[in-house]
Amino acid sequence: MSRLSSGGLIDRATPLAFTFDGRSYKGFAGDTLASALLANDVRLVGRSFKYHRPRGVFSAGSEEPNALVELRTGARREPNTRATMAELYEGLEATSQNRWPSLAFDLLSANQWFSSVLGAGFYYKTFMWPAALWEKLYEPAIRRAAGLGRAAEQADPDSYEKAFAFCDVLVIGGGPSGLLAALTAGRAGARVILADEDTILGGRLNSARTAIDDAAPGAFLARARAELSALPNVRVMPRTTIFGVYDGGTYGALERVGDHLSVPAPFQPRQRYWKIVAKRAVLCAGAFDRPIVFGGNDRPGVMSAQALRTYAVRYAVTPGRNAVVFANNDHAWSAAFDAADAGVKVSAIVDVRETPPPALLAGATARNIRVIAGGEVIATSGKCLSSITVRTRGGTETLQAEVLGISGGATPNLALTSYFGGRPKYDAALAAFVPDQTPPGLSVAGAAAGQFSLAQCFATGAAQGVAAARDAGFAATPAPLPETGDTPTSLSAFWHVQGSKGLAFVDFQNDVSAKDIAIAHKEGFRAVELLKRYTTLGMATDQGKSSNMAGLAIMAELTGQGIGETGTTLFRPPFTPVALGALAGHHREKDFRPTRPTPTHDWARKQGAVFVETGLWLRAQYFPKPGETDWLETVTREVKAVRSSVGLIDVSTFGKIDLQGSDVGVFLDRVYINTFSTLAVGKARYGVMLREDGLVMDDGTTARLADDHYVMTTTTANAAKVYQHLEFCLQVLWPDLDVQLASISEQWAQIAIAGPKSREVLAQVVDAPLDVSNTGLPFMGAVEGRVMGGVKARIFRLSFSGELGYEIAVPARHGEALTRALMAAGAPFGITPYGTEALGVMRIEKGHVSGNELTGQTSARDLGLGKMASTKKDYIGRVMAGRPAFADRDRATFIGFKPVDRAQRLRAGAHFLPLGAVPVMENDEGYMSSVAYSPTLDHWIGLGFLKGGRARIGQKVRAYDPVRGGDIEVEVCDPGFVDPEGERLRV
Amino acid sequence: MRIPCPYCGLRDAHEFSYLGDATVSRPAPDMPDAQEAFFHYVYLRENPAGAHEELWYHAAGCRQWLVVSRDTRTHEISGASFARAPKADASHAEVKP
Ligand SMILES: [Zn+2]
Repeated sequence: MSRLSSGGLIDRATPLAFTFDGRSYKGFAGDTLASALLANDVRLVGRSFKYHRPRGVFSAGSEEPNALVELRTGARREPNTRATMAELYEGLEATSQNRWPSLAFDLLSANQWFSSVLGAGFYYKTFMWPAALWEKLYEPAIRRAAGLGRAAEQADPDSYEKAFAFCDVLVIGGGPSGLLAALTAGRAGARVILADEDTILGGRLNSARTAIDDAAPGAFLARARAELSALPNVRVMPRTTIFGVYDGGTYGALERVGDHLSVPAPFQPRQRYWKIVAKRAVLCAGAFDRPIVFGGNDRPGVMSAQALRTYAVRYAVTPGRNAVVFANNDHAWSAAFDAADAGVKVSAIVDVRETPPPALLAGATARNIRVIAGGEVIATSGKCLSSITVRTRGGTETLQAEVLGISGGATPNLALTSYFGGRPKYDAALAAFVPDQTPPGLSVAGAAAGQFSLAQCFATGAAQGVAAARDAGFAATPAPLPETGDTPTSLSAFWHVQGSKGLAFVDFQNDVSAKDIAIAHKEGFRAVELLKRYTTLGMATDQGKSSNMAGLAIMAELTGQGIGETGTTLFRPPFTPVALGALAGHHREKDFRPTRPTPTHDWARKQGAVFVETGLWLRAQYFPKPGETDWLETVTREVKAVRSSVGLIDVSTFGKIDLQGSDVGVFLDRVYINTFSTLAVGKARYGVMLREDGLVMDDGTTARLADDHYVMTTTTANAAKVYQHLEFCLQVLWPDLDVQLASISEQWAQIAIAGPKSREVLAQVVDAPLDVSNTGLPFMGAVEGRVMGGVKARIFRLSFSGELGYEIAVPARHGEALTRALMAAGAPFGITPYGTEALGVMRIEKGHVSGNELTGQTSARDLGLGKMASTKKDYIGRVMAGRPAFADRDRATFIGFKPVDRAQRLRAGAHFLPLGAVPVMENDEGYMSSVAYSPTLDHWIGLGFLKGGRARIGQKVRAYDPVRGGDIEVEVCDPGFVDPEGERLRV
Repeated sequence: MRIPCPYCGLRDAHEFSYLGDATVSRPAPDMPDAQEAFFHYVYLRENPAGAHEELWYHAAGCRQWLVVSRDTRTHEISGASFARAPKADASHAEVKP
């Protein structure tokens, strides 16, 4: 065990058992998986992406490039989880990834011996190899070798939520600057949200021993946390990462509600995706400790110097028996001192600087730490680190070390500042990019702004808190700052050890080495954006948080340009990976695509209906009876029942729009191609509406109930679209018209009955004095009245089936009762419920167009409806429908088809070719849009579009359907297969 | 993005659906070159970098069509008004974010 005997923010009273690669270990509450593994001397935790090199924990935060594991098992298995962010819980199961057959012995690590061919540009160059071999040979091999963890193969059992929050000041990050910003703005009365990625507020103060107000940092932190939780206007959101900045002061945040538990608490989501709307925001996201590039710098045991401090101080872990720190900056020395004071044996500090500050030298002497000034680490050895080779002024020397804390300086965590295109600027004194232009409303404080010392963090945090609160309208005043002895840190820019031994990694996660940068330079990929794409530097789950800077600096060295001129790639959201489940929230399955049952759904289910989805609606497709063996048998029975007696169908799914006002008639004349202002009260009319480009948008029947009151029906599919279109016409095109619209699709149930006996059935349910005789309610009549002893109703004499028919609308809650009443009244006639299939068969028999024909690519003329168009008025789409191409004789127009050999089946989707023509595009004459087996005619019939249309009635063409092997002769015919004169409608 | 609906207040852009340029107007259908004018009206749009007046429909709200002033380079929204009311005499309906 490498657990220190005392200290740390772990709860030693709460031991937790966990497994890694099947072996059992113990940690404590407060541990991360990374700290618990290190405490158990597990230093090898993963294999790298490309070369399968052994890797250990590098960082102690969200920037972790190496320690990616599969967490949990089964349906909750989650790949690429950063062990540094995974809080330990009882029973946690983790598995190493990207290794085969085992973590310790990985056959594919042989890849590293081929690093000369797998280097920069490997993918691009591979694509240049003979293409024939790609699919069979290269791709499977590469897929096997590369890649990270495995996703779960079962549906995610957990739930996710989306939520909005609003505040005056959003503080991003709960370290020293974030605490001061939140306290300052909170004291001024601003509504503050403090979002912190970590589980406990404090940031680096949780890992440091620096005195604040002459006491350990814990005392200050306790006061700050207590004050924040006492302020009613401050909301602290731990475990919450701000991952994106969007327009209008909107911030995307991911709250890990239940990730620290084995399963989420009852009725709690696993994660919550927040949209936080803030008047102002202060970014206090701190900085990353960046690596130095030298041979063997990826060996398990090499970690960031600040991570070494965190594991020692916060988690009471010594990540190796003998620690050495290799750095170019003062901050790494204080990390070494804190680690030593916490109980880690720190044997040496190697600093590239010839003369480190005297105060640091004194600190090292006091702790008995050897100082090698002007030294560089040039090699490492051991499967996990056991020793390092240091080049000093006097030559080379080998030091024993199980852990090497490296630090090339701090890189401000400024990703969020560049999401609006702001380019960070290079500060040579800090050897770091610092924020320049920021998104509107976002300012930066503390280490994220390059203000690295603790005193600077406090000062800038408080100042930005005051500024943000004032911008949001609050009279904020600066408060006294906590006292700290911390001094500004100094460093000497240093990136890359020359002449070191072995692969020197820049980007651990993508196995990008210094040599790859040199290849990119040699091959001309020198601009930073090209460098990134060519080498994959800064890609994948960590997005180069720790690695980018050294890569840019090495390229700058090679080109001879300064780092500032070389520039940096810009960042894009998300800051850390966000699960798709969280973005979807509860919008999945039926909550994404809810079911709309019709008013008669339960009744239809009891009748044994088979249902079909039409949009969100679930409609009865057909009603099989016992003994019927296939759907066609059922549908045939239903059609015959309607044509010979009477049938019933729920048509409530049609869109219904109520239009009232003195100008409704004028309005309808402008949106339909035909005329509605002349429609008599008590009558209905079929209408066709176009888009402004001249193509048909929708069709349906509209009835006039009063001078100033119409009711429109739309197709089921287009109900919302038509409503929006009508609102556009009224509000944008013709605001002077007196028309009010309301959607009443949900409010009214509508039941159709059809067949020669339908009038006798209807007559039994209507209340006196309503007259439904042929004179009282003629074809296309529309009346209001009462049914079933007092229920308000609208009755339309309409027919889609071609038979005498009615549609009866009642308030939706009476839909089922009306259906039962009609079924009872129709029982003597053998009334038959029918579904959408039979409805479709009958409309094809009648040659009516439907969704298959209203494709958005067909004009009224194409559909055979051109004669409906009024020439006496303007309407939407009229001018564009007059374009010459629409009148082209050769344009495919609507027509009917039947197989020459009546026994043959037709297929929708078949294309028409002249007889004897070869099946090539040039010979294509149109296609079959709808087909049905006609029980009335006892053979298959079809509708479709054919060049020349009606002029070709009587001709034969070839219906060619290579997808399903269909190739038959069909005869062109009138689309009105049954009762073309419409006599049955008018009886 | 947040849109200041004059009726509903400042709301998330997800509640709205976008149509496009609000400055084009439907040509007179009886003008001599109506087909050419309609061709421009239906298909041709400027793609300005900068200030843009555009139509948004508050589908998940008050169902009003709005004219929103948006800078296409920054997405900054400087105001919104009801499309129904001509801008000149609708100062009361104009709201700022
Ligand atoms: Zn609104």
